[in-house]
Amino acid sequence: MGRTVARFFSYLFVISAAIIAIFPIFALILASFKPMTELLQYGLNLKLQPDKLTLDNYISIFTGGGNYLLWYKNSLIVLLIATPISLLLSSMVGYGIAIYQFKGRNLIFLLVILILVIPIEILLLPLYRLISRMKLMNTYAGLILPFLVSPFAVFFFRQYVVGIPDSLVDAARIDGCTEYRIFFQIMSPVMLPAYGAMAVLLAMNNWNSFIWPLIVMQSNARFTLPVGIVSLNSPYSTNYKLMISGSALTVIPIIIIFFFFQKYFIAGLTSGSIKG
Amino acid sequence: MRKSVQLFSSKKVAPYVFTAPFVITFIVFFLYPTISTIIMSFQRIVPGEAKFVGFENYRILFDKTFYKAVSNTVVFTFWSVFILVTLPILLSVLVNYSITKFKNPLKMFIFLPAVVSTVVGGVIFRQIFGELDTSFMNSILSKFSIPPQQWTMKSSTGMLLMVLLAVWRWTGVNMLYFMAGLQNIPNELYESADIDGANWPHKFLHITLPSLQPVIVFVVLISVSAGLKMFEESYVFWQGSSPMNIGLTILGYIYREGISFGNLGLGSAAGLILLMMILIVSVIQLKYFGLLGKEEQ
Repeated sequence: MGRTVARFFSYLFVISAAIIAIFPIFALILASFKPMTELLQYGLNLKLQPDKLTLDNYISIFTGGGNYLLWYKNSLIVLLIATPISLLLSSMVGYGIAIYQFKGRNLIFLLVILILVIPIEILLLPLYRLISRMKLMNTYAGLILPFLVSPFAVFFFRQYVVGIPDSLVDAARIDGCTEYRIFFQIMSPVMLPAYGAMAVLLAMNNWNSFIWPLIVMQSNARFTLPVGIVSLNSPYSTNYKLMISGSALTVIPIIIIFFFFQKYFIAGLTSGSIKG
Repeated sequence: MRKSVQLFSSKKVAPYVFTAPFVITFIVFFLYPTISTIIMSFQRIVPGEAKFVGFENYRILFDKTFYKAVSNTVVFTFWSVFILVTLPILLSVLVNYSITKFKNPLKMFIFLPAVVSTVVGGVIFRQIFGELDTSFMNSILSKFSIPPQQWTMKSSTGMLLMVLLAVWRWTGVNMLYFMAGLQNIPNELYESADIDGANWPHKFLHITLPSLQPVIVFVVLISVSAGLKMFEESYVFWQGSSPMNIGLTILGYIYREGISFGNLGLGSAAGLILLMMILIVSVIQLKYFGLLGKEEQ
């Protein structure tokens, strides 16, 4: 009897937590299909009147969305350029530290840990000055370059490669593979799960990153999605239509991808919430 | 030519090629900016010229505004860490030991907010916690005869919004950390406790919590570090200028002084104070719990 009651309250608690977790996302997506007059009056809620649902807000993205589509393009470009390069470089470094005994190895690993502990955010101002002196303000390069090699991903790849038996590399060397071929053709396939987890983590960081794009991308047409969406909320005239449908449109693709690649999302996002 | 290709792919040179990307970015985007921010913190910087002013910037920091930024940051860190450790532990234990049906979907739903950006979370929270009487939260409060709140206008409710936003996004991630930790607890421990007739609070306090200690250390460390450098959870509600600075954080102060007002010297000094705070926390952690608690992961 006591057990049943305990179980009932466990379910009640966990289900409530799940509902509270998804309610805001659900309310946002629902609101993006509602007429704006209702949103202005009630904010987000779960009221559903099927006959009033409309695509109006999404249509307005294309007719009166300002630079929204440009922001989307900017975010996609940053995502598609930065993530693969980041993965390649970070895995190379992690692999190098894990596989080879060489002078300076311990120092390099120590520096990786150092950057992991020290938040890059305290360097925003000198980085800002450096990037503007390099004439890279408002450019993708200025946005991407400082964070191209992710110390967290380096650390993660290093740990992963250390766990792979040496015999694999030794055998490849006896077969006459060059050091680089060993990395690209023999070891990279073995590191695939690590690539999966880090791909998700780095892609999410790129897609959601905020403070650095806010500093570097200062002209409206160069904004990334998060910077653009925040800019919509001005005290003078807030474009609610665009803010709601625009926000929903940044989340929906990720949620769809999430349900297909759950395993990698969980591996990536729990590999450390430390920003890469 | 052939010789240089051979040297390039030799075991002696290869490690340096592999690690070069890190070394280069470390020097350009970490070492140099670190040195430059230390120098700037002793300078007054106006466009085109920089003048050394000794500790002037650090003296300016001893004012009410920066104090407010520090106290907001510390309060936020305290509450977000406290809730983001206790709530996920509770959830992970319940999901792991008590829930049998719909375990996976429930886990996924609780995790889902982690894929939503803080910015979009802010858009949603601003609407849910709107100031109209008809806004979602106020309409719920009115059912309990509580007057409608202007959430973003008061210090207490403003802090509540920021903490709630962080808790909403990170509870699921931390829950999964703890669930991974629970997998490592051998079942025999619970079985022998059962034989001794232990009840569940006893088992929780004497088996579960001690076994989770490395994970708790890890989660506390990442949460404290994230809390001290908090910026977005505030910016999404007030865009950098909150009434009476109720939402001002240390990083918000650095952004405002350095980027909005162009006072790179003062901003740098504030950044170094933040660095000191984070280093102190890290050293304490390192001293008592080993290297970041990470080797245990």
